[in-house]
Amino acid sequence: MPQEAGEQYKQMLKNFLHSQGEKDLYLGQQFSRSFIDKNIAPEDVISIHKNSIEELIKDLPSDVSVSFDFLIEMMIHYGLALQEHQSLIRKQEAIQMEMDIAVRMQNTLLQTATPEAKGLDIGWISKPAKQMNGDYVYFLNETSNEVCMAVADIIGKGMSAAMHMSMVKFGMDSLRYEKRDPSEVLSFINKMIEQSISDSMFISMFYGKYHADTATFRYSSAGHEPALFYSAAEKKFSLLESKGLLLGVKEEAVYEERGVQLEEDDFIVIMTDGVSETRTEEGFIEMDVIEDLLLDVKTENAQAMVDYLFNELSKMQDYKLRDDFTLVILKKTK
Amino acid sequence: MNHRSSIEINTEWDIVAARQLGRNEAKSTGFGTVDQARITTAISELARNIYLYAGKGKIEIEPVRVGTRAGLIITASDEGPGIADLQKVMEDGFTTSGGLGAGMPGVKRLMDDFRVETEVGVGTTITATKWLH
Repeated sequence: MPQEAGEQYKQMLKNFLHSQGEKDLYLGQQFSRSFIDKNIAPEDVISIHKNSIEELIKDLPSDVSVSFDFLIEMMIHYGLALQEHQSLIRKQEAIQMEMDIAVRMQNTLLQTATPEAKGLDIGWISKPAKQMNGDYVYFLNETSNEVCMAVADIIGKGMSAAMHMSMVKFGMDSLRYEKRDPSEVLSFINKMIEQSISDSMFISMFYGKYHADTATFRYSSAGHEPALFYSAAEKKFSLLESKGLLLGVKEEAVYEERGVQLEEDDFIVIMTDGVSETRTEEGFIEMDVIEDLLLDVKTENAQAMVDYLFNELSKMQDYKLRDDFTLVILKKTK
Repeated sequence: MNHRSSIEINTEWDIVAARQLGRNEAKSTGFGTVDQARITTAISELARNIYLYAGKGKIEIEPVRVGTRAGLIITASDEGPGIADLQKVMEDGFTTSGGLGAGMPGVKRLMDDFRVETEVGVGTTITATKWLH
């Protein structure tokens, strides 16, 4: 134990015994920080106090002196609890560091480039509520004429969700040159997940393919939120629904495939439940709130529409995302 | 000159006797009040573990001198159930959260050297040393 700290303590105690004033108490409290910095345990502080008081008061009753031994004994476990606390904090910092690495790795593994497609303007966003994202957006420029996209949501969150998402990505990548239809892609991914993911892990996915030459959008859904379709000519929204079980539920699941024809200024909104189930103080928002927001900006480009919707919806929930938030807008241009 | 003193742990009151012996030995080895309290607490925790988990066992206390270094070796041994997952028992937060006291990490912190030998169904021997600084 540092002798020096003991000497300083004695001097400060002496000043206080003399003044019994607030100033010396304040100085003492500031001085206690240096004890903490030097890792001086609570029981050592009592011992320093005992030694100091014995030197300062020559005729200190021996009972009082001995009582500090009792106090030292009392403080041993406090000292241990403090050390344990410090060690747990260091451990937590190490876990946090690993988590940061995992997040960076997820971002690298799952990054996707927005494809170029003739006559189609694409905008998107995917924001995790916590550190790891359980939502996923995937684009594939299959040929100059065809663009594929998937929006997925893992039911189950955090680290394991993110790891499983990597598997889904590589599954879709492996189909890259096979020019499969949306329903076939979902069947393939479903089989893969059913075989290799634990029973409690399910994934919903919306998979679409845009054919530039015919301006048609073919899509299938595995238990995912329906997409919104806006027809500029009719000035109204409709839902793009398609029957299919969540991925990972049943090996032989079949996925319905449907299509829609896009005209200029029509747009399609694919989202996860982090968007459609936006919760405010009053409860879940209605779909018409989202539709109204979209109409506010329907003349903007796809990315501006996405950004506007994200900002408005996060404002409604006080900028605290309760769920991962993913939104893709496909807009037909000339 | 080295003598080894030993206390059998059968009842809770034997823990007190082990503490007393440890404190006396620590004092005569030359440890200050705070280290006496640390050594005694370590003995107390080891003896309690014997009493709670093995039923009976013994605590031995032996002063040592290696070159110019003097110290005290505490040995706690029992023929109890042994420790199945030693790594878990040595983890912070494992025993203390259950309200079992300082636990093994605490004993390790109170002392300078700490060693455990254990076998499930055979017993446990813990050796902990505190050196005079």
